[in-house]
Amino acid sequence: MSEVVQPASLALAVSRPKTAPFDWRRAVPLLLAAPLLVYMLVFYALPVAAMLLRSVNDPSWTLANYAILFEDVVFQKTFWITINTSVTVTLGCLILGYPVAMGLVRAKSMAPFILVIILLPFWTSVLVRSYAWMVLLGRHGLVNEALIALGMIERPIRILNTPLATQIAMIHILLPYMILPIANALRQIDPSLIRAASGLGATPFMTFRQVILPLSMSGMAAGTLLTFVLALGFYITPAMVGGPRDITLSMLIAQQVDQLNWAYAATLSAVLLATALAILAMARKLPGVGNAFKTSMR
Amino acid sequence: MTVAGMNGAGPGPIGRGASVTLSDLEKTYDRTSAAAKAVDGVSLDIRSGEFLTLLGPSGSGKTTTLMMIAGFETPTAGDIAIDGKSVVAMPPYRRNIGMVFQNYALFPHLTVEENVGFPLKQRGVPKAERAKLVAEALELVHLPGYGARYPRQLSGGQQQRVAVARAVVFKPRLLLMDEPLGALDKQLRENLQLEMRRLHADLGITFIYVTHDQEEALTMSDRIAVMNDGKVAQVGSPEDLYDRPDNRFVAGFIGESNFLPAVVRGLEDDVVVAECEGTLIRALCPGRPASGERVTLTTRPERLRFADGTWAGTEPPQNRMSVTVTEAVFAGERCRYMLRAGDGTSIVLKEPSSAAIRRRAVGERAEIAWSVADTILV
Repeated sequence: MSEVVQPASLALAVSRPKTAPFDWRRAVPLLLAAPLLVYMLVFYALPVAAMLLRSVNDPSWTLANYAILFEDVVFQKTFWITINTSVTVTLGCLILGYPVAMGLVRAKSMAPFILVIILLPFWTSVLVRSYAWMVLLGRHGLVNEALIALGMIERPIRILNTPLATQIAMIHILLPYMILPIANALRQIDPSLIRAASGLGATPFMTFRQVILPLSMSGMAAGTLLTFVLALGFYITPAMVGGPRDITLSMLIAQQVDQLNWAYAATLSAVLLATALAILAMARKLPGVGNAFKTSMR
Repeated sequence: MTVAGMNGAGPGPIGRGASVTLSDLEKTYDRTSAAAKAVDGVSLDIRSGEFLTLLGPSGSGKTTTLMMIAGFETPTAGDIAIDGKSVVAMPPYRRNIGMVFQNYALFPHLTVEENVGFPLKQRGVPKAERAKLVAEALELVHLPGYGARYPRQLSGGQQQRVAVARAVVFKPRLLLMDEPLGALDKQLRENLQLEMRRLHADLGITFIYVTHDQEEALTMSDRIAVMNDGKVAQVGSPEDLYDRPDNRFVAGFIGESNFLPAVVRGLEDDVVVAECEGTLIRALCPGRPASGERVTLTTRPERLRFADGTWAGTEPPQNRMSVTVTEAVFAGERCRYMLRAGDGTSIVLKEPSSAAIRRRAVGERAEIAWSVADTILV
């Protein structure tokens, strides 16, 4: 036998052994996640799929449920209110949350204290907080009393059960979801960049506009997405403090379920889910936001 | 070395660089304890067009001093004047000083061009002129054609050049650099050191450079201010500091030094005669120590020779001492010997290696010699 081995076949032999044993190490992450995956599949994915199926096969295979939506005035109004509320709430969170995130990052000894204040609402249930807002915003609530005491109004104004009440309460509840990603992005900005900008002639405002704001874009995008998608599906708060005629999609779904109108509820749910997914998909394409996904993955 | 010669070549055209005066500058971070002074009474006159290096170990206050000149730190006491005008109350963005940071601090979301154009944009320079100045600055640091890249697409050395271009593009009269070569490998660092010298000669502006690397400081600077414990230990040209250190810290920090304990026995003009290891050693001395005073003499390892060697036409040096070789290391271009004097003082001697010179064995007894000019009382 010749002892000369062809270099190419040698390289192949080295890089790809013929009887590659199953590499257990590669399966470890999957195995570790398996219990949760099974749980999610059985108790979450399957029910959701079954629910969504109802929108197209109840009572028989049809797309009629979706066709109806295009002419359904109630749906259209509800959809519009939902989007409108979510956009307003998200903008409100962004405007109110950004300065707080900056304060949180810049504060030194006060930082843990500020963080506790931001997270405090997290530890209280949405229901309790919504009740609290009912008390505050009611006809004889703290807000009306204060406005009267200050002489700004003469008689109590109607705040509770208006879209404004929904927006105020939702902004409060969703603020942490906006503040924390922004604070995270701000914290990752190298402080020497701020110094460099200042040393190179940028006033504090110019530094904010040209350095801090663009570098925190990923955090703003993450916070905006999180807030917006959460706001889309909000139910308890708008139901409790919102106006009787200002129905959001989730309220409409609940209403339909109550009336055992399963196919319609399923169709609405599919639309809500699709809207959220579409927004996530679009956001990924935005410059700077795609990075936010990657960074949060790391 | 040619570079050492360049040090004496003098600053560029007069007036292009700012002069900087630090008077009794102090910085205390912790107001409660007076002991914790990061900078403690620093006074320095930095001339127009000079390349001055603040050299010192970490925690010596060199970076804090630089940050106060830049305006990122406020002095607790004292004054900083640029071209005779106090700038202490002026925010950094009004001081018009170029600055290169240790980690370059390039804006990651901006291209090289936008980074270099940043200071021009803040100054309201119109777009067309901005592009021209940016191209010039990139030319200056040998990076033309890199404008459209992002900092993360550049190597460390290239990033450093961009940082330099950005710091000089608006033609400041003063450039501050905080260990700008610290993160680079040795080869690249040496190349860039020479480039910094060239840049300094080209621009003719004042450079204040911070480093803990004494070799870097010796290679690049017109003058060096050695800092220790928040104070200036000595200011002088590289030759001054190396050949005539004022104190033990400077002698130990810049290059390697032997320290010989001695007792003063007398004075001959500006030369002090001191007894060390039972022999009389002559040393240069700035002051006039009293007879009987205990002092330390210092001398450089490479200025010592074995006394039976040749003196290459010069007069044999006056200072001599008997020693025993305790360690002999061949290190390529030179041999390094650890020697022990009579009562145990260890002395280092470095001899240029040559196949013609006999190498000493451990345990061998020998006599070493060195000149009075290379002996300093500290």
